[in-house]
Amino acid sequence: MLRSTPPEPTLFPTFSSALLSTPATILYCRCAYAQVVPTGVKNEVLQKLCDSNASFETVSDLCEMAAHRDPRLQAIASCGSLRIAACYPRAVKGLFQQAGFPLPADTEILNMRTQTAQEIADALLSAEPATAA
Amino acid sequence: MITHTHRPLRVVLYEGNGSIQLPAESRAKVMMALLDKGYTVTRSSFGAPAMPHDERNLLVLGAFEGKAPALEDATGKITIDTCDITGLEPDAIVALVDKSRGEKTMNEPGKWKPWFPVIDYSRCTNCMQCLSFCLFDVYGVSDDNKIQVQNNDNCKTNCPACSRVCPEVAIMFPKYQAGPINGDEINENEAGREKIKVDISSLLGGDIYSALKDRSAAAKSRFSKERSPDKALDERKKCLTKLVGDGFIPADVLASLPSTEEILKKAEIAKARAAAALAAQ
Repeated sequence: MLRSTPPEPTLFPTFSSALLSTPATILYCRCAYAQVVPTGVKNEVLQKLCDSNASFETVSDLCEMAAHRDPRLQAIASCGSLRIAACYPRAVKGLFQQAGFPLPADTEILNMRTQTAQEIADALLSAEPATAA
Repeated sequence: MITHTHRPLRVVLYEGNGSIQLPAESRAKVMMALLDKGYTVTRSSFGAPAMPHDERNLLVLGAFEGKAPALEDATGKITIDTCDITGLEPDAIVALVDKSRGEKTMNEPGKWKPWFPVIDYSRCTNCMQCLSFCLFDVYGVSDDNKIQVQNNDNCKTNCPACSRVCPEVAIMFPKYQAGPINGDEINENEAGREKIKVDISSLLGGDIYSALKDRSAAAKSRFSKERSPDKALDERKKCLTKLVGDGFIPADVLASLPSTEEILKKAEIAKARAAAALAAQ
């Protein structure tokens, strides 16, 4: 059973501003279509994101999206400042480029295949500007 | 694979004003359940950033305590549905999202693996060797004569053979286990090993390997004396059999090879396309 924390009901008109503003977008790739990212790491990174107050975007699998040139990749690539938790930066950049939506040069890509969950979460949630991988 | 899968929904886990925040553990469970089913999810919190608005309909999930608000897109283009998830288990939330998706199809994890080559254009020299090598027409040439991955669906799952013949180690398969094929950084030693493998594989050559840049003139001369369509085909099959035996490519790739006539025809076509593209550079 999901339990709720104490309610803080307020007004709904702020919904769109909460959803749409994007100073530094965080993207998490679940790599759900193949188990090449260690489960423990990807679960822990997601848990740490959920523990934070940050808004973030999650996708089931960037490879799956790139395979059919999903237009959402364009939306992601046009986010401006962007931090991505996925796999090898060379592969992630290649996926976006091959789909026709190259990532901005300053995109920071964190590698869940090689880095620790703590390193990744710290970088994703850092208040500092994104540092390109 | 569903190439043009429907993208009917953008699922938003809304925890901003007007909803009650879920405990972090519950939030993570809900997101994992949706992601592992193939959905993408935005977590929207107080004033923090998320991805910009797009053309998909929104399904907004929130703990609204039975009072999910009726929302309407100001532009009238996007349908916004809201669902109250107060007290629901993750499985029930997934079922709710499935119901909202309706009959529209999408790829589901476990039923299909996104397996296709990704070209690292910072390394690719446009030599066209991959185009010549692949018997399944995965590669093609753009209008400006650049090598491209054009037919993802044709690629044989778990077969990274074309990455081995790339002399620049520029072909990646992100779902592959080992580097540098998986996109890991390349050091000079690794690049050297890859090139040695190319030299070995070129022995099975025939015309499809004629684009190898580093083959010496002496080797060319010796090789040409031995070359015949039948011999080349036989050697290629031997090589592929060895790759299967080594566990490098799946057995079903060998089983799914085109007929002898088709292979020779494809090799001729690929050679001509590669030669035309190279000549146009």
